[in-house]
Amino acid sequence: MAKKLINGNYAAAYGAKLARAEVIAAYPITPQTAIVEQVADFVSSGEMKARYVTVESEHSAMAACIAAASVGARTFTATSSQGLLLMHELLHWASGARTPVVMVNVNRAVAPPWSVWADQTDSVSQRDTGWMQFYSESTQEELDTVIMSYKVSESPDIMLPSFTTEDAFFLSHTYEPVEIPAQELVDGFLPPFNPEIKLDIDNPRGFGSLSMPHQWYMELRYLIAEAMDRSRQKILKVEKEWKELTGRSYGGLLDEYRTEDAEVVLVNAGSAASTIREVIDRLRAQGKKVGLARLRSFRPFPTEEIRALGRHVHTIGVMDRCYTFGDGGAFFTEVKSALYQLKDRPTVKNFVVGIGGRDITMKTVGKLYDNLYKIKSDGLDEEKEWVDLKRPEVG
Amino acid sequence: MVKTPVPAEENVAPGHMGCPGCGACLALRLALKALGKRTIMTVPACCWAVMPGVFPYCSIKVPVLFTAFETAAASASGVRAALDAKGQKDINVLAWAGDGGTLDIGIQALSGAVERRDEIIYVCYDNEAYMNTGIQRSSSTPIGAWTTTTPVGTTRNFKLEPKKSGVEIMVAHRIPYTATACVSYPEDFVKKLQKARDIRGPKYIQVLCPCPAGWKSDPEKSIQIGRLAVESNVWPLYEVENGVYTVRKPAKKVAVKDYFKTQGRFRHLDEKEIEQIQKLVDHDWETLLRKEENAQKK
Repeated sequence: MAKKLINGNYAAAYGAKLARAEVIAAYPITPQTAIVEQVADFVSSGEMKARYVTVESEHSAMAACIAAASVGARTFTATSSQGLLLMHELLHWASGARTPVVMVNVNRAVAPPWSVWADQTDSVSQRDTGWMQFYSESTQEELDTVIMSYKVSESPDIMLPSFTTEDAFFLSHTYEPVEIPAQELVDGFLPPFNPEIKLDIDNPRGFGSLSMPHQWYMELRYLIAEAMDRSRQKILKVEKEWKELTGRSYGGLLDEYRTEDAEVVLVNAGSAASTIREVIDRLRAQGKKVGLARLRSFRPFPTEEIRALGRHVHTIGVMDRCYTFGDGGAFFTEVKSALYQLKDRPTVKNFVVGIGGRDITMKTVGKLYDNLYKIKSDGLDEEKEWVDLKRPEVG
Repeated sequence: MVKTPVPAEENVAPGHMGCPGCGACLALRLALKALGKRTIMTVPACCWAVMPGVFPYCSIKVPVLFTAFETAAASASGVRAALDAKGQKDINVLAWAGDGGTLDIGIQALSGAVERRDEIIYVCYDNEAYMNTGIQRSSSTPIGAWTTTTPVGTTRNFKLEPKKSGVEIMVAHRIPYTATACVSYPEDFVKKLQKARDIRGPKYIQVLCPCPAGWKSDPEKSIQIGRLAVESNVWPLYEVENGVYTVRKPAKKVAVKDYFKTQGRFRHLDEKEIEQIQKLVDHDWETLLRKEENAQKK
């Protein structure tokens, strides 16, 4: 194993290379470009034996990946923001077709106004597409998760697409020392993709033809639901195998930090978790019992893990770097939904933070924990709060 | 028995859901005779997304990937890339799409695949409107035609714009091979497909397919109507190989009005309107002959 100083984008590209992706179809978009450039370099130098289709849009990128996967090729693409939104139709298609396409999405704000900075609205709004979605905290996690994603997605009892995300710039462009696993290690971990059913001239089949209401559409959808439910255990199993090989793991579906005896806990997805950990250590030194639960997987949702947390924590603050207009942050509503079946439920507050790349500083996080302690003593002040919101002076 | 270049091999089973007299049905039957079993198809939303039948049955005897409306070409590119990656050779990748899926919603992906020189055969089976959804206008609907979204009414709101030319768009991409065809000329269509198969790079064939339901024509007369389309020069048969045009000249000349009167979709047109369209057809024909001539001079 070798350590390299690389950013999240290069880590994603290394992940695809080590996984031996066979077909890449990709279209450039800021801040994802370094991924597709690096993969192009790997292919051009012969380090990566893959066909690289320089498609004319993200929509075609996903179409080409689905088609290539239907032939039995391991596929990779990467995108961000508007590109992911343009793919939306085909994200549904990929899961409906049970093609285990693996993608990296750089979490970037959605226009207008134009913003290329971190925001998770793009991926969160793909919630219902039947994709597994994972949120990385570090560059190393990004690389490792890409490789693990292939193993989960391609498992014969799963066969669903997955994407892993990295926050724009905070991860995509931040350099960290990253352990690059040896190719032999990855080869031993991830067998070649060889689906049982594929486009094959010796065994012709129609893929995705018409199904009437009284026939099999509903049952085929139920099979996807079952596979997605199974993926929870699969993700844990695959991560355990990875840990045995590399010593690294990331906490399964819900990565918890100092929550065992915590009174108040913040829930967060993405790169801000690192900042939160730092704040926790400082507050702990002052005797405050604070913790973090990092949503590593949004789909499948860590329902049981959230419930287990809710059984012993008094107050939970859910941070959302996205918003569902007309309701609340998506992570907030889902965490609440998971907790509803508990007899004694914790109080839950929504903190809308970091929209459009606004910095989530230690000071901000400190404020959130103060707020949670106040809620613990005085009760809920307000259910939702947009944090660090500038309010123009009315004159 | 008549000697014909059309192979006897059948790769479309009879149990399909096409309408009586459907030209598109015949088109695929001919195409898969020409290309044979070593073919993988991509089929977007179009009549042929429905006609093969209901899951788990499929009347097409080669592998078919049904895809989203605008992705026939990109999906074909993906299939080809995967076959290349897997080292599987001598397999035809056939994108099979209607005129709306090709010239409207799918034109971006088609343009991309052709510009990239992806090794695919793209066939647009052209029935000149969105027939699967019930006869709505496409950019391939000919000038003068009634459709459900150009319903004539009291304001003479029939299609006022000329048909978009898929083949000329492909020529502008410097495609190695492109051609028009018509199901009424099966030998010609089969020969063009086989020629396309043996040329490297992307190939595009647009085959005119009479549609009794959408053209308001007699199902028995589909073949005859296709012939009239060619003989009237409304749909000239020609091919363009690396920029060189070869035009098939009809043995007899037919007036546009004689083609139009076989179809209810043109019946609202008065003599003056038909005369204007005749002039347009004559002009396009002359232009086509000049293109053929220019290429020969070089």
